[in-house]
Amino acid sequence: MRVPILKQSQYVIASIQSALSDEELLQLRDDLARDVGRYRSRGVIIDVTVLDVMDSFAVRTLRAIAHMIRLRGAETVIVGIQPEVAFAMVQLGLTLEDITTALDLEEGLAFLDRQATAGARAVGMRAAGTRAPGARHVQ
Amino acid sequence: MTTDLRSHATEARHSRADGTAALLRELVAHLRKNRTQLREEWARRITESKLLTAMTREEIFAEATSVYDNYVEVLETGSVEALQAYARNLSERIIPRGVETHEVLGIVLLLRDVLARSLFKKYQADFGLLNSVLDAYEPAANRIANTVAVGFVQERERIIRQQQEAIRELSTPVLQVRDRLLILPIIGVIDSLRARQLTEQLLRGIRANRAKVVVVDITGVPSVDATVANHLVQTVDASRLMGANVIVTGLSSEIAQTLVTIGVDLSKINAVGDLQGGIEEAERMLGYAVMMPEPPPAEVKA
Repeated sequence: MRVPILKQSQYVIASIQSALSDEELLQLRDDLARDVGRYRSRGVIIDVTVLDVMDSFAVRTLRAIAHMIRLRGAETVIVGIQPEVAFAMVQLGLTLEDITTALDLEEGLAFLDRQATAGARAVGMRAAGTRAPGARHVQ
Repeated sequence: MTTDLRSHATEARHSRADGTAALLRELVAHLRKNRTQLREEWARRITESKLLTAMTREEIFAEATSVYDNYVEVLETGSVEALQAYARNLSERIIPRGVETHEVLGIVLLLRDVLARSLFKKYQADFGLLNSVLDAYEPAANRIANTVAVGFVQERERIIRQQQEAIRELSTPVLQVRDRLLILPIIGVIDSLRARQLTEQLLRGIRANRAKVVVVDITGVPSVDATVANHLVQTVDASRLMGANVIVTGLSSEIAQTLVTIGVDLSKINAVGDLQGGIEEAERMLGYAVMMPEPPPAEVKA
């Protein structure tokens, strides 16, 4: 089954619905890389809430996706890693070090919003809904 | 008396089962008759071998009497149930006083020896009879030693299980101090079982409370070695996968030194001096600002 990819304002959301085979993961990678460009998205959220197992291939692919998306000029957030999965991943040494993770979809969107606000400030735009000062330092 | 016994024993050889029973009866009568003397001999041997040093002479003698009577009863009835109950009861009383397994086993074996010696003495004139008496005595005596030792070890294991249970239940609470801020105060030694449990509890807490920041306070952890440090790093990593930042507080200077000496990679750990500092840092990360209200009015003195 292909993973549905939803466009939500300036983000795309890949909501995984069931356990994925290796081919489906690679398909997801290709779809996301394409859709980020097509929708001119600033951020990508991959929701893995339903997964109760993450093997090393899945983790490696997610990391590859995040790196690719970064090269395409967007930010990736992986959301919904379950406690048991997180624990198992850490024990296997799969810690997704340079990838942003968030508790759930809501948190992931909030993170991307903060990023966008910071980015907007950096280029001198007036950000809608000013955040608490010091939330993110902008160089 | 001896001739009487001997004829008794000769008869007994005809039917082996009957014979054993008869010999045991005879044995029991002998042990009853010499109760005082054998008991004293046994208590003396216990003291001599420096067993049960945690107990006073009187206590040893009192327990020795009970064990002796139970022992004779088992020989008489062949049923170890009463002895089992007594062994459990005895273990319950003496384990908290620090009596070791080898001591309990030692005294039971001593009693076996003392009684065997007395049998040797009694039947030394008739080697054949002695042989059949020992045939009857030894299996029973071994069974008794076995029962007491097993009872003691079981009791010990029960206590250990109970204590482990207690430690597990004492284990660490995950507390919410502000919206999206959890603290995890760890107290006591961390082994891998507990570390695993801690991490799982924390991860569940992160999800249940939708936490963004977790302060792990290890002020109460007496020592940190490579294993514990690794557990900490794992907890930090796993929490991050769930989207929460971890701040570790309460690393004492000794612990910091140890960690640097053994070369644990703590680059991923965000450490703050004490719990207060950790909570302040967490509040800052969450965008809380704690402010004093208006300065309190100067106290009016009557």
